[in-house]
Amino acid sequence: MAAAERHFSLRRVGAMVLRYLYLLRHSGPRVLEVFYWPAVQMVLWGFITQFFLTHSSWLAQASGVLLAAVLLWDVLFRGQLGVSLGFFEEMYSRNLGQLFVSPLRPYELICALLAISFLRTLVGVGVAALLAIPLYDFSIFTLGPSLLGFFANLLVMGWAIGLMVAALVLRYGLGAESLAWVAIFALAPVSGIYYPIAVLPAWLQPVAWALPSSHVFEGMRAVLIEQRVLTDHLLAAIGLNLFYIAVGSALFLYAFQVARRHGTLLHIGE
Amino acid sequence: MPVIEVRNLNKRYDDIAAVADLSLEVARGSVCALLGGNGAGKTTTLSLLLGLLTPSSGRIHVLGEDMLAHRYRVLGRMNFSSPYVDLPQRLTVAENLSVYAHLYGVRRVRERIAALAAALEIGAYLRRPYGTLSAGQRTRVALAKALLNTPEVLLLDEPTASLDPDSADRIRGYLLDYQRETGATLLLASHNMPEVERVCDDVMMLRQGRLVDRGTPAQLLARYGRATLEDVFLDIARQPAGGD
Repeated sequence: MAAAERHFSLRRVGAMVLRYLYLLRHSGPRVLEVFYWPAVQMVLWGFITQFFLTHSSWLAQASGVLLAAVLLWDVLFRGQLGVSLGFFEEMYSRNLGQLFVSPLRPYELICALLAISFLRTLVGVGVAALLAIPLYDFSIFTLGPSLLGFFANLLVMGWAIGLMVAALVLRYGLGAESLAWVAIFALAPVSGIYYPIAVLPAWLQPVAWALPSSHVFEGMRAVLIEQRVLTDHLLAAIGLNLFYIAVGSALFLYAFQVARRHGTLLHIGE
Repeated sequence: MPVIEVRNLNKRYDDIAAVADLSLEVARGSVCALLGGNGAGKTTTLSLLLGLLTPSSGRIHVLGEDMLAHRYRVLGRMNFSSPYVDLPQRLTVAENLSVYAHLYGVRRVRERIAALAAALEIGAYLRRPYGTLSAGQRTRVALAKALLNTPEVLLLDEPTASLDPDSADRIRGYLLDYQRETGATLLLASHNMPEVERVCDDVMMLRQGRLVDRGTPAQLLARYGRATLEDVFLDIARQPAGGD
């Protein structure tokens, strides 16, 4: 028995990434979807921003604050969808039974889902970010090195939610599929995407601060409006993300064990 | 040493026993069949052997490894085909086989796919999306996937389902050739009695999750005084409940 059979294998992760890339290659709507929503969101909010600039002194201090928020929010949304929808593809095609009689480990499937989510998010949001430069004379890259921290934190939070959604769908079947769309939007009001957390009622603020996204958007406004990097918020986001990604992974692996107990890996599908 | 060794295996779903106190051994290089009616526990047994399902109790050893503790040590040496699972519909046949070849760590992927395509006569649709294939074509592709890693243990659930008699006969011939060339062990679950009579040297009769009889096709025919395995099957299936 080869040693590689006992351990994590990049080759198997690569095989699964290849599987998702093949899927994109054959599906125009899926490719379009990668670019479409980030671009539409950016265009919509770009015009709203232009309108408000003439009516708001707060926005006038940092004309890109709404656009940056829209683009970063999409990192979270795309990151989550990349994981959830990737996993749903296996269920739609009744492929889980084939995958898990192969040497593929569940955690290797997780790694492949995260990798493809990263690629889809980078391409989708990247194109929208580049479009914003000629359209609105706004470059999200003016956030400087902080952008890397914001992007990574929102992506990891999206992954964590995506894994939790995948776990619920693995446990309860495709009837729970709509969670993929609902989950992120349920968190949007308390993430402080377009307004400071201080705007929220006092009792809701602790909930907001328990989310990495709130710290990211607070940090984003500080950079754009006050040209300040809020390291404490960045560290808080990293710490929370470590917790949430661990919870997401554990839930997914637990759901996998339950599926093995109930026999759903073979029959789950339509 | 048997290639598959099962001891006191049980799988219960609430009050229903899908597999009940099943013990069996399968010798290396044999071609075995699990025969039984709907709900007899054939697919459940295959799923338990593959680790897709965890048993309520009992032990399973495949190729000398404890499948409950170390199934990843042997999954790369086994493979499986079943009408209950599918492959991604939008990927072409070649892409599907390529993905699985990489998952199984197959060397010289293109050559392996080309060899299987020729043997199983799927070369004409390697570039077609899997979802556009007929049921019979899909069965061949699923079999190609199951043979990618040249498995030492091949578990087949209804291996010739959806195939016309000519295609089914060719596939049976190919499977027997494969077994002779590689010395692999084949365990198939089937309702197709003539198929079992033709290819299997060991038949295990399941009923309500229990092993109720076992022997070569000739031994079973003699024991029940019947001319065909189908008649034996009916005798066993129509025994009163609890009369095993």
